[in-house]
Amino acid sequence: MYRGFPLDLFMAQCYANADDLGKGRQMPVHYGSKDLNFVTISSPLATQIPQAAGAAYAVKRENINRAVICYFGEGAASEGDAHAGFNFSATLECPLIFFCRNNGYAISTPTNEQYRGDGIAARGPGYGMLSIRVDGNDVFAVYNATKEARRRAVAENQPFLIEAMTYRIGHHSTSDDSSAYRSVDEVNYWDKQDHPISRLRHYMTARGWWSEDDERSWRKQSRKTVMEAFEKAERRLKPNPELLFTDVYKEMTPQLDKQRESLWRHVQQYKEHYPLDLYEK
Amino acid sequence: ITIMAAAARFFVRGAHPKLSFSGVCASAQRSLGAGLLKLSPSCASRTKTHKRHAAHFTFQPDPVPTQYGPTQKMNLFQSVTSALDNTLASDPTAVIFGEDVAFGGVFRCTVGLRDKYGKDRVFNTPLCEQGIVGFGIGVAVAGATAIAEIQFADYIYPAFDQIVNEAAKYRYRSGNMFDCGNLTIRAPWGCVGHGSLYHSQSPEAFFAHCPGLKIVIPRGPVQAKGLLLSCISDKNPCIFFEPKILYRAAVEQVPVDAYTIPLSQAEVLQEGSDVTLVAWGTQIHVMKEVANMAQEKLGVSCEVIDLQTILPWDIDTVCKSVAKTGRLLISHEAPVTGGFAAEISSTVQEECFLNLEAPISRVCGYDTPFPHIFEPFYIPDKWKCLEAIKKMINY
Ligand SMILES: Cc1ncc(C[n+]2csc(CCOP(=O)(O)OP(=O)(O)O)c2C)c(N)n1
Ligand SMILES: [Mg+2]
Repeated sequence: MYRGFPLDLFMAQCYANADDLGKGRQMPVHYGSKDLNFVTISSPLATQIPQAAGAAYAVKRENINRAVICYFGEGAASEGDAHAGFNFSATLECPLIFFCRNNGYAISTPTNEQYRGDGIAARGPGYGMLSIRVDGNDVFAVYNATKEARRRAVAENQPFLIEAMTYRIGHHSTSDDSSAYRSVDEVNYWDKQDHPISRLRHYMTARGWWSEDDERSWRKQSRKTVMEAFEKAERRLKPNPELLFTDVYKEMTPQLDKQRESLWRHVQQYKEHYPLDLYEK
Repeated sequence: ITIMAAAARFFVRGAHPKLSFSGVCASAQRSLGAGLLKLSPSCASRTKTHKRHAAHFTFQPDPVPTQYGPTQKMNLFQSVTSALDNTLASDPTAVIFGEDVAFGGVFRCTVGLRDKYGKDRVFNTPLCEQGIVGFGIGVAVAGATAIAEIQFADYIYPAFDQIVNEAAKYRYRSGNMFDCGNLTIRAPWGCVGHGSLYHSQSPEAFFAHCPGLKIVIPRGPVQAKGLLLSCISDKNPCIFFEPKILYRAAVEQVPVDAYTIPLSQAEVLQEGSDVTLVAWGTQIHVMKEVANMAQEKLGVSCEVIDLQTILPWDIDTVCKSVAKTGRLLISHEAPVTGGFAAEISSTVQEECFLNLEAPISRVCGYDTPFPHIFEPFYIPDKWKCLEAIKKMINY
């Protein structure tokens, strides 16, 4: 959101409605925005890591003072693609920030079953790559590290690995009950003692930049905005079913055209069995 | 309000981009205990929120098997657990591993096994599919029994090289000195109603192009246990794809003791005289319904065959049936071009050319990625299959 992606478009993607820039094709939380230079998220983990190296290489050759940033979890860092991406970006001198969010878990798997070295940052030297570990719950530490990483990545054409240490307070997803693999006390500790949002709030309150009242009204307003966006996105129709067939290739192929026509004929004939009223015409 | 609250919960928790499958279904899961992933088509809040229409199939349980001793009510994930339990009990070399299997797995297939058999036999691996399969090959080559879990069939591709170039060719290239026949790879498979591109795929055809592998897909709990135990004891590397939409939705009386169902044998589930319907996994239940509809609406008698083993497949049973009926419809969710239906069609055409009364028909997925919100239009549902039967009869 900080880049300016509107709440309504987040919701449109989550509801796969007709306003979704991705045309309703992916599961929720797979956003992307051409305007904001944010490549659409893909579910397979770590695939973006070598791709980021390639993008950064192309950016470097354009000589436009830009860098690429690539986000992933400490679990994804175990994939072969992560190794490939780190090694490629170092050897090919790519202006790239690898931002690893180490939140202690990959679904149920704790970090001591994920790696035995000193985390992800410690891998940097092995690849000949600058790296830094920051307190991921400290907004200013993350900001400053990223800023410096960007400066050096661009100035020196090299990758920079940031490992931001944090903790996943929530469950992995809505259907995960994490009490099956970790204690509630552990979660409570992080929630109460070291929550990045509360820490920032305390800091701002101590400086007189924020107050209980600000907090209350901001929360109330935010909740209202989000709920309104939810309702709006939910009411909106789904994209036209014809979009099932486009963008497989840049151009429509004769075979796909035939398949589209046959679906269309079929759906006309068996109208009552398809939820056509939920989709745009 | 409930709808919004549920949706809000989803928003807060499902906030990671690489969300697991479960992020989609916005219902409170506390009631499911440790259940990580809700799969049943009756996901309540989803139904409300998205006016999702009913599942595209009705699970039809098999008759209670009598030949393998006492049975117990199990759904498909429990029958898989039961097969794994039998194996760990009888084979001291057997180990089970993969992402998140230690606490029971995201689909609950390994629940309780670590506590029962120990951390050295049921364990998490780092998040790396090529590692999981490569490790499994090593375990098997060293003579132990390896049961590897890939969290979703959609995520098997990082292991493609290990499976296709290594597992499949180990025996052949060493002149039968070495093999990894003790390796079985399990993976949840197929559509689930809201899985989209990367939680819905049916990748069997990729592996069917690879001599040396066996590929097996069960239609329900009884078959799942017997076929999985066959894969585990089979002396060739096997891939066992589990229809994840059936994990909870399919419930049968399953024998408690170990039993095997032979590989490479198709099963004729219903005899008929006019059209042969061939499918596997979830699609079998669509086909059974289609057979009933064809009988009622068209007076057409269908023979339904569950292929069960995709590679090496049971050519005889299928061809014998087509020689009798003269018509063949094959249906799978994977894209039609290069799908396994193409292989079946081509073989049957070679073997049964003079018996055919109509061109062989394929009702499959379209040649697109598996689309999220368009799934109701994408899947080879009963109406598309029925229409194909009509065309064949009127040819
Ligand atoms: C190749 C691949 N394997 C498995 C999965 C299933 N999966 C989704 S999220 C996840 C855990 C990711 O952990 P981590 O990288 O630490 O990210 P976090 O969710 O903790 O932010 C897994 C195993 C996947 N999406 N892709
Ligand atoms: Mg993590």
